[in-house]
Amino acid sequence: MSFAIQALTRSLNVFHLAGSACNNCDIEILDALTPKYDLERFGITLAGSIRHADLILLSGIFNKKASIRARRLYEQAPKPVLAVAVGGCPCTGIIFRGSYNWDGPPGAYIPIDAFIPGCPPKPEAIISAVMKLVQGLRRREIVPAGQPGENGVVLPPTPGTAEA
Amino acid sequence: MLEFLIFPGLLFTAAAGLITSWVDRKVTARVQMRVGPPFFQPFYDIGKLLIKETCVPAGGAIGLFLLAPLIGLAAVALASTILWRSLLYPQATFVGDLIVLLYLLAMPGLSVILGASASRNPLASLGGSREMKLMIAYELPFVLAVLVPVIQVHSIRLGDLLVATPTALPSGILALLVAIICMQAKLTLVPFDMPEAEAELSGGAYIEYSGPPLAMFKLTRAMMLFTMPVFLVVLYVGGLIVNQGWAGTLLGLVLWFLLVTVIIVVRNTTPRLRIDQAVRFFWGPMTALALIAAVLAWMGW
Repeated sequence: MSFAIQALTRSLNVFHLAGSACNNCDIEILDALTPKYDLERFGITLAGSIRHADLILLSGIFNKKASIRARRLYEQAPKPVLAVAVGGCPCTGIIFRGSYNWDGPPGAYIPIDAFIPGCPPKPEAIISAVMKLVQGLRRREIVPAGQPGENGVVLPPTPGTAEA
Repeated sequence: MLEFLIFPGLLFTAAAGLITSWVDRKVTARVQMRVGPPFFQPFYDIGKLLIKETCVPAGGAIGLFLLAPLIGLAAVALASTILWRSLLYPQATFVGDLIVLLYLLAMPGLSVILGASASRNPLASLGGSREMKLMIAYELPFVLAVLVPVIQVHSIRLGDLLVATPTALPSGILALLVAIICMQAKLTLVPFDMPEAEAELSGGAYIEYSGPPLAMFKLTRAMMLFTMPVFLVVLYVGGLIVNQGWAGTLLGLVLWFLLVTVIIVVRNTTPRLRIDQAVRFFWGPMTALALIAAVLAWMGW
């Protein structure tokens, strides 16, 4: 597992998963991937397909429909995979917390490695958080949230089934 | 077998191809005023893909899905072996190896089509069909351009093409021009990258691939990026680089690097064409140019 993490953190393909976000965090994520910040220095590139993803960046509140899709996308990603929540919405839900269509923070149904608060966080904050996560994983100070169990990765309950 | 697996074959071509793809990425970064990836980045990418899980699409043709990348990788490794063997020992090649080489260089494209159609993904099948149309479009002018040195030397043996000194005929220059543009399409790089089309098909033909099979596809692409310029150098200016001592080797390296630079610069300065524009372009002006070159070569120019 540690060798896998070493290999993974040297070449992260980022998949950008926007769940009904207001677009501010999405714009900041795209800003972080522009030539000015040059994430390819760290081997980080943007991937178009979830099958190529090593790091999922979640943004926005995930409502009752989006949460099911987010969970499905996480299951479709080839493991090992990391997940990072960008912005206040996936961290706490901020003003949408407790609203009729809010389905809990994404941490309730996806194992999330890092939370980046801010509304929206600056590109520098996103890059710093991802690099802190990468360095922590490399030094084995952080354990990946999606730990493999007996039958693949142990996941929290699927959204929609927990309350039923 | 050892030749296929290690020196001019798989291992050597893979390492050389990954270094070439690093050059490509670094130059691209410099063009965009970035710093660019570290030297070992392509190696890290392949290593990472090897430890990732392999996802197979439900309902796809799984056997073919997993076999397709292997076909492409084996073909390009074999093509490189034949090419380098003829460069190292021009007399030890067999008659008709040029034809074998042409078929082997078409195999990576074919493997992409096979893998895309086996993956049961609408975007992948769209990418696969574009790759198919692109292949049909560029193969005609490419084969015509390859015919030009064959007509000049009257041989389909790579060894003979290498030993014969090109007399810098106008037909050769014309054919090289056509071959360079066809090479860009064969590598499916911008402006002919419709099969992948990151922005519209999000990976296109490769969309369902993950883990080691994707690593094989990436390796195949990198190896093609290395092998195709070598092929063109051998084909059109072979006589200048073989049996000419150190100066010849140096000239070969410089020419190879020049071709790679042309690929990278074109890739960074052009937008993507539509597939119908590409087909019209290859069947129209490119085929006409290649035909003119072939006729000129036949007339002895």
